Amino acid sequence: MRALLSLVFLVWTATAAHAADLSYALTPRLIAPGTYIVEGRREHFSRDNGGNIVNTAFIVTAAGVVIIDTGPSALYGRELRAAIGQVTPLPVVKVVNTHHHPDHFLGNQAFADIGVAASATTAGIIARDGQSLTENLYRLNGDWMRGTEPQAPTGRLEGGVEEIGGHRLRWLLLAGHTAADVALFDQTTGVLFTADLVFKDRAPTTPDADIAAWLAALDVLEALPFRILVPGHGNEATDAAPIAQTRAWLGWLDSTLGAAAAQGLSRTEAMQLPIPADFSALALARDEFQRSVVHLYPTLEAGALQRVVGPK
Amino acid sequence: MRRVAWILVVLLAALPARAQTVDPADPLGSVMWTTVRDAVFPGAAMVFDDHVQVFSPPVVEDTMNVPVSVLVNGLPDVEEIVLLVDHNPIFKALAFFPVQAAPAFETVIKVQEATPIRAAARTSDGVWHVGGLRVDAAGGGCTVASVAASGGDWDRLNEVSGTAWRRPDGGQRLRFQVVHPMDTGLVDGIPPFFIERLSVATPEGQELARLELFEPVSENPVFTIDLRGHAGSVVIGGADTDANQIAARIGMASTLFGLLEASR
Ligand SMILES: [Zn+2]
Repeated sequence: MRALLSLVFLVWTATAAHAADLSYALTPRLIAPGTYIVEGRREHFSRDNGGNIVNTAFIVTAAGVVIIDTGPSALYGRELRAAIGQVTPLPVVKVVNTHHHPDHFLGNQAFADIGVAASATTAGIIARDGQSLTENLYRLNGDWMRGTEPQAPTGRLEGGVEEIGGHRLRWLLLAGHTAADVALFDQTTGVLFTADLVFKDRAPTTPDADIAAWLAALDVLEALPFRILVPGHGNEATDAAPIAQTRAWLGWLDSTLGAAAAQGLSRTEAMQLPIPADFSALALARDEFQRSVVHLYPTLEAGALQRVVGPK
Repeated sequence: MRRVAWILVVLLAALPARAQTVDPADPLGSVMWTTVRDAVFPGAAMVFDDHVQVFSPPVVEDTMNVPVSVLVNGLPDVEEIVLLVDHNPIFKALAFFPVQAAPAFETVIKVQEATPIRAAARTSDGVWHVGGLRVDAAGGGCTVASVAASGGDWDRLNEVSGTAWRRPDGGQRLRFQVVHPMDTGLVDGIPPFFIERLSVATPEGQELARLELFEPVSENPVFTIDLRGHAGSVVIGGADTDANQIAARIGMASTLFGLLEASR
């Protein structure tokens, strides 16, 4: 009993000490002139990773810094801003949230003095669901979230080309991963920031997905003459392989679940279908497949169940 | 709003659990189990039994819509299967009476964080055989739990959608959904209003399977049942707590149930 108590005490003190000096130790990595990726882990949200499972990125232009997504917490946002300060003395001039998932916008508080821009749809969803999404991440990430509050973007991001400090930035307003997904193609450096429209070596998430729209968005991205691709999750690539990988997963998901629903499988049976070996490189494939059944199957099975009326 | 109040009640209900003792035989080590057991099976013979299998995604994102399937494998004469959620204010989600169906089903239920979900199968000797698993309901992160899909417009109340598939073993797979809010009554101002009973019968009135439902079953629930030795039209009947009737006929299976068998 005494041993148990001291073990409990040890765990408690270790946790308390841990909470006092949490740090994501963000290390921006240069991938193209003036262009940095801050790469997250290929994991689920957890108290261990504090939600650092997402890529954020920034471009240091002659006129100042452009930031793509702000991370999963206020702490992340502050650390991101501090890390940028280590790279350049130039001010932050533009901050963008690519879509409404909480790992992409909950660092917004650190940029309240500058303001954050997003598409009108994304800003609206964050304003509506931001509180619930934030509560989710408190549950999942624990102490790392301390002080984090949702801040809806106030600036409107428009599609098209914008010149900032010598960089010609082409903003693409797409959809499919969510109702509104922003991608950025820096025509000056050839870097394409896809946000969560592309996952690399990690199974895509689908809680708000429209597969047909998503596949169409991938076609738009693949047609761009990029040299480097920065996905929303996973490291950067110099080819279109992550687009092909994301497309293959989504296509398989769609056809497999469609066939399962048409052939009468229940939801839990669908969750246990085999995943082809081609996807062995994707982290969290089984977990995400099961989540996708929950997200996508109700609509598919409704299509397979015929409306019937009283006995005749 | 419905969801917020549901969670509050769940949290309050979970408080006294700390005083409970853990049944050393419980493979899930749940502090609530002895309370659930004594409430649902007072004085009955009960064993934990791996022949009773429960499947649900280990990480639940939408606590209002948790698919759960039960499969009883290798136990003779299963007369009733109840589905139980330890950490819900109302433990019992449903009772399934297979009659002529396989001792297996799937449905969709409401749960709260980190709860054991159990199935107890009663064999003809009166013994309850209990199996289960634990789900963590704090998963995902990018999902906001669903609210009433219909927005309170229940023009289609008790409407049934369903399809039957012919099984290679001569029986048929039946899947059907009933339009219903399944209100728990745990929310101020919204009285309990849920489907109480459902039956599957032949057009001639011979019962093939029966369900008793309780508050934890999800809104617009979907049911999956495998009928044995019956390939033909079936009639779904039932009623909710306001005595609204459910009546629908699902035509004879034409397409073959497959894929899963093929893939295993
Ligand atoms: Zn996302």
